[in-house]
Amino acid sequence: MTVTETPDRTAEARPAKLGAAGWARWFWRTLTSMRTALILLFLFALASVPGSVWPQRGVSDAKVAQYYTDSPELAEWLDRLWLFDVFKAPWFAAIYLLLFISLVGCVLPRTAAHLRELRRKPPAAPRNLSRLPQRAVLDGDLTVEEAARRLRKLRFRVTTGPGWAAGEKGYLRETGNLLFHVALLGLLISVGVGSLYGYRGNVLIVEGDGFANTVAAYDRYMPGTQVNAESLEPFSFTLEDFQATYIARGEKRGQALDYSARLAVSDRPGAAERTYELKVNEPLDVNGTMTYLLDHGYAPTFKITDGSGQVAFEGSVPCLVVQPATFASECVIKIPDAQPRQLGIMVAFLPSAVPTQDGEWTSVFPGAANPAAQVYGAFAGDLGMKDGRPQSVYEIPAEILKKMTPLVMKADPLEVGQKLDLPGGAGSIEFTGVKEWIALQITHDPGRMPALLSAALATVALVFSLTIRRRRVWVRAGDGGAEAGGLTRTEGGDFGEEFARVVAALNHGPNDGAKNAR
Amino acid sequence: MPAEADATLAALSDQLILAAVLFYVIAMLGYALELAFGRASARSSAAGTPAQEAAAQEAAAVPAEAALATVGGGATTAPEKDGDATASPEPGGDAGTGARAPAGGRGPSPWVLRAGPAALVLSWIGFALNLGSLLTRGLAAGRWPWGNMYEFVVAMCLAAMGAFLLMQLRYPIRFLGASVSAAAALGLGFAVHSLHVETGPAMVALNSYWIAIHVSAAIIASGLFIVAGACGVIYLIRNDAAVHLPTREELDRVAHRAIVIGFPIWTFAVIAGALWADKAWGRYWGWDPKEVWAFITWVVYAGYLHARATAGWKGRAATAVQLVAFASLLFNLIGVNIFFEGLHSYAELPG
Ligand code: HEM
Repeated sequence: MTVTETPDRTAEARPAKLGAAGWARWFWRTLTSMRTALILLFLFALASVPGSVWPQRGVSDAKVAQYYTDSPELAEWLDRLWLFDVFKAPWFAAIYLLLFISLVGCVLPRTAAHLRELRRKPPAAPRNLSRLPQRAVLDGDLTVEEAARRLRKLRFRVTTGPGWAAGEKGYLRETGNLLFHVALLGLLISVGVGSLYGYRGNVLIVEGDGFANTVAAYDRYMPGTQVNAESLEPFSFTLEDFQATYIARGEKRGQALDYSARLAVSDRPGAAERTYELKVNEPLDVNGTMTYLLDHGYAPTFKITDGSGQVAFEGSVPCLVVQPATFASECVIKIPDAQPRQLGIMVAFLPSAVPTQDGEWTSVFPGAANPAAQVYGAFAGDLGMKDGRPQSVYEIPAEILKKMTPLVMKADPLEVGQKLDLPGGAGSIEFTGVKEWIALQITHDPGRMPALLSAALATVALVFSLTIRRRRVWVRAGDGGAEAGGLTRTEGGDFGEEFARVVAALNHGPNDGAKNAR
Repeated sequence: MPAEADATLAALSDQLILAAVLFYVIAMLGYALELAFGRASARSSAAGTPAQEAAAQEAAAVPAEAALATVGGGATTAPEKDGDATASPEPGGDAGTGARAPAGGRGPSPWVLRAGPAALVLSWIGFALNLGSLLTRGLAAGRWPWGNMYEFVVAMCLAAMGAFLLMQLRYPIRFLGASVSAAAALGLGFAVHSLHVETGPAMVALNSYWIAIHVSAAIIASGLFIVAGACGVIYLIRNDAAVHLPTREELDRVAHRAIVIGFPIWTFAVIAGALWADKAWGRYWGWDPKEVWAFITWVVYAGYLHARATAGWKGRAATAVQLVAFASLLFNLIGVNIFFEGLHSYAELPG
């Protein structure tokens, strides 16, 4: 189905004058629709560019937030233009929906035409074979029937007439082309289904803790609009152990070699537990709900006693990695239950702590070779958590810190087991141990498999569409001689070689005198 | 997987790459010589000038079609063209054509005629060295040899040269040799100068058999796109008087062939990447900058294929589209790694 194809088809079916009109109409329609498709394709590509220029929500939320802090007005404007959500923007959707409507409008009539074409016989031989791009004089007295038989053997679709045989093959090209475009449509629908009926959630788990797949268990839960909270796959697991290994020596010292999280998984409530080693490229699959290991960090454990002598906090604190190369991290502990005043404590966690020359401390390696926790700020006062506004667990807002009383600024680092007394009888903080946390993403996407199948179909169909040529061969026989002619209706490759093979097959043996008079 | 790289092998790899650059540069000079002097003479000799033996050798090296195409092409674009030459494209068909050939009666010295075939031999040697360098590097680290940008660029140069060398076995495209070997030499030079890192284990996220599938496909497709891109550039800068260059039709045909092979491979590479992302990052498509640009590249190459089937868009316009696609391919390889931070920056754990 190239632009050059239908002309001769219409020309065959109709008288010359009407044929020209039909030709023109058809040509006009093709021209406009292909041109539209082309322009929409370019727009599609162009519209994606901003998606890489500005940070996108759902891909790099932190950077979007940064934009808002750095230049709020600009961010406002960018947001109004959907530039932080390019791929969910109405203008982006408009382009691809138009494109796919155009595609349907293109594929439907072409499918109908192709189906008709499949049932039609190859056209009669032109009067003068010598005008064809490929031609050869055949030797011997080949009959039309014999020529037809030999062409069929070469898998040509053959028809015969008085003194001629016509063969055509390569219909799979158009089939492939149509299937390819239909598969693209299938891909779009699968992606759509996935986002409507799928969900995605993130959760952070510390060694020893468990997770059960319910909406409430997620730190962040992003359902599609059609997802029902009851339909979540009811599995659960416990993080028994997490191991990260690093290169110990050389230029790449500190680079991670492997991560592995040992989970005790229960596929259904009450089901027996199984052990699963969760790794970066090896997600856990429970009936199509996938759990991925995305990130990890340290969660030192502390025991904090308040001014009244009560243990106000005992447990692990997940820390944010500040320096990915050494896993130097920062942790914030908020203790709203502390008496007499609430406590807010900020700790630097250094997995492999060493002193620097200027008396500071730093971490030199991501593994926990010499873990130290350095309290660099302890405050007493009102944590401001009562007004109901949600606060990040990883920071105490500056305006609240300002109103609190500083107790400690930059204490000496604690080793595991060591304790720091807070001044003024405010209590004490003991560094009791080191655990690790992992960040998981849990995804259910019912469009996954259909999308894969569509994509695979598209690729295979594309190969057919691009590598197969429609080609026609005619043989005229009679008057003691026979000749053959051929052409391709679609470009690409040279038909010459194949035509020579066809001619050889039409002759009795290979190379017995065919004159390929090109 | 060994944590330590084999230092001897790694050093060998670094030596091999320098040797490859050297061979590519000399090969490029050979191709350039042939382009400047050889083609016109091949044409004139095919039409019956004294240097017939050399031409016969030349013609034997390429399929018969090639010789025909050269004669036909030359006849239609040469400034001295006349109706006679265009009408009789058979070699030696008209004894008078020789006199009108650009080189006139004086044939070029035989060493110029040997420059092209010699350059080809040098290119194959360079290719082998390039391949050897990549293999030794992979062996040194005990993993697939494309785990960082240096290795990726080296592999792309290898793929471009490989695409050219394989394609010229079937099609008469030696005229591309100069640009492809120049591109490969520059690419390798850039890699050695600016991207080189000591070999060692790859990032954790790259420890997957998907790297073999996804990245290899992307590299092969890129190699073919580079060949097409070289054709496109020559297409646009060539002017009608440049008889020693291939015709626009030839360039267009070669570019189309390379893209027709490359595009499905690229499609496959993108899909394999999505499958891998599905394993590694918990989604098969997330509009990470690298994904965005792979998508843009794909869409614009699809646009090129459409343009070729659209009236009024063939030729120059389609070539421009092809080059836009090529530019986004290169931008994805280099620009995205430098300007945007994403999961694909091979420096951090995804997340
Ligand atoms: C998502 C958008 C689209 C993509 C990625 C796409 C991709 C492609 C590709 C790669 C080809 C090359 C295959 C070949 O040459 O046989 C192709 C061919 C074709 N496409 Fe599309 N296409 C899209 C939309 C459309 C639309 C909207 C139309 C109709 C208006 C259309 C009509 C055609 C036609 C007629 C051909 C055949 C050209 C030929 O015979 O050489 N496509 N398309």
